[in-house]
Amino acid sequence: MDNTTPSHPTAADHAVDASGLVKRFDDFRAVDGVDLQVRRGEVFGVLGPNGAGKTTMLSMLATLLPIDGGSARVFGVDVASDPHRVRQLVGVTGQYASVDENLTAAENLYLFGRLLGLSRVHARTTGANLLERFGLTGAADRKIAQFSGGMRRRLDLAASLIARPPLIFLDEPTTGLDPRTRGQMWETIRELVAQGSTILLTTQYLDEADQLADRIAVIDRGRKVAEGTSDELKSSVGNSTLQVRLTDRDAAGHAATVVERVLGESPVLTPEAGGLSIALPDPNRAADVLIALREAALTINTAAVQQPTLDEVFLALTGHHSEHDTDIENEEVA
Amino acid sequence: MATQTLLPPTDAAPSAPALSARPSLRETVNQTLAMAWRATKKMRRNPEQFFDVTLQPLLFTAMFAYIFGGAISGSVSDYLPIVIPGILAQTALTTCMAMGTQLREDMDKGVFDRFRSLPIARIAPLAGPALADVIRYTIASTLTILVGLAMGFRPGGGVLGTIGGWALTIFAAWSLAWIFTWLGTVARSAQAVQGISLMIMFPLTFLSNAFVPAETLPGWLEAFVNVNPVSHVVTACRDLINDGALTAEVGWAVLGCLVVVAVFAPLAVRSYSKKI
Repeated sequence: MDNTTPSHPTAADHAVDASGLVKRFDDFRAVDGVDLQVRRGEVFGVLGPNGAGKTTMLSMLATLLPIDGGSARVFGVDVASDPHRVRQLVGVTGQYASVDENLTAAENLYLFGRLLGLSRVHARTTGANLLERFGLTGAADRKIAQFSGGMRRRLDLAASLIARPPLIFLDEPTTGLDPRTRGQMWETIRELVAQGSTILLTTQYLDEADQLADRIAVIDRGRKVAEGTSDELKSSVGNSTLQVRLTDRDAAGHAATVVERVLGESPVLTPEAGGLSIALPDPNRAADVLIALREAALTINTAAVQQPTLDEVFLALTGHHSEHDTDIENEEVA
Repeated sequence: MATQTLLPPTDAAPSAPALSARPSLRETVNQTLAMAWRATKKMRRNPEQFFDVTLQPLLFTAMFAYIFGGAISGSVSDYLPIVIPGILAQTALTTCMAMGTQLREDMDKGVFDRFRSLPIARIAPLAGPALADVIRYTIASTLTILVGLAMGFRPGGGVLGTIGGWALTIFAAWSLAWIFTWLGTVARSAQAVQGISLMIMFPLTFLSNAFVPAETLPGWLEAFVNVNPVSHVVTACRDLINDGALTAEVGWAVLGCLVVVAVFAPLAVRSYSKKI
């Protein structure tokens, strides 16, 4: 018996195939014409800052929000016209643990099992199995209110797996978790992928997308600004960056021309005066840049080689910082 | 962990891999029962939900009987046959009013997003709690009748008539709860639901024949009282409890309740499905 793929969709269909997705809230276009293709069996990451429209997009694909424009298909099934079928194909794990706080962990899984058509006995055994596999057996009869953030996420994910959906949406699965719990969550997600699930995940963290996703779409202000593998995205900003702060704040322009001569590409001036963010095609070139700056009699206060951050990917792709930093800049101007 | 699979074993998965376009009636019933199970679990953990249904019948029956009894019917014992069915109807309304507030509070929680994302009937998250709430209506109407009996009320309709009036009250409460369920799905906050519910509840109970005979009212008020569905429920309860008679009023009351369900249940499901 084949339980991983439903009979209706054909093998040719993408897990998700969306084109021109639009969601309006009054005048504000939260999602503004996004195309998205998620292949079967891959982990697709949607990367973007808070308020970029990631959750809204996921909510539309999960039939939680009506689609205002464009179309979306899940394994070939139209989301707008056939929501009940789509709900049978997708398991949703929310940004905030969407389990019932009034019930215990075991009762939660029993309830969702019953809702999904399992018999009483099956609902109970499936719940017990999932609790064991997610390391929650000891907390089975505890109230959710006493759960830690990591335990809630694991239970939330367990609840999404009861019906063995072929496609799983993970909305910021590790936001707010400590590094150790985050690592455990990543491990869990990798196991799911190994078992053939297709995963669409949203995240604010480049390293999370880097660790988990086969392909990544970068979303900003409701639009897709880039798409590709993690390596492709990172190479667009350099594998790492050299952050330099000049002693003479007004020499940034001069320094930029020196750097351009060495690397063939002009660096980005950081918001702080006298700061340069230099994309490095190869970390070993950092020394070349520093030597060239010294030869040009440009003295530096600090120098550091950094892995690209989401903000740098953003800066490179959109020409502006992610929302949070923009706010700070505006405050400084005002 | 590595040797285990995270996904549940295959025999526990829903058997049919084929997708259905909409939930069947049987699935809808099972999902509603699962939601009712959830609601009873909630009730057991928040026993304060039972305060109103236990205290109100005790308090209101005694209070209304002793305050209005002499003025309206000459004596408390003469007033009891009039006021007990009235308080039954009032209790039904006030206890089912809580539905809207509770649903609104519930819908603001994350778990409702999951309910919406599941392939379940849209009516199940609404009909489940409504079904579980029947427990509260049963407690309230049983206590009201018991308090009346303790105060010396001897129903002329006998055991069967009393049971009929009792059942009609519970049915009416379940039906009228759909008005408040609908309110819960359209209002923005639990407080708003509470406020609007009270504004509906007071005119419906007090501008009815629940506590005073309609003939004593000014003409325009009597006209409203006579079309008020609560009046029909009260009259039907009186016919059943005091006379043991299955009158036309009983038919009208049942029909009125059915109309309320037929109008407000679809409205509630529709606005629930659209809610963000």
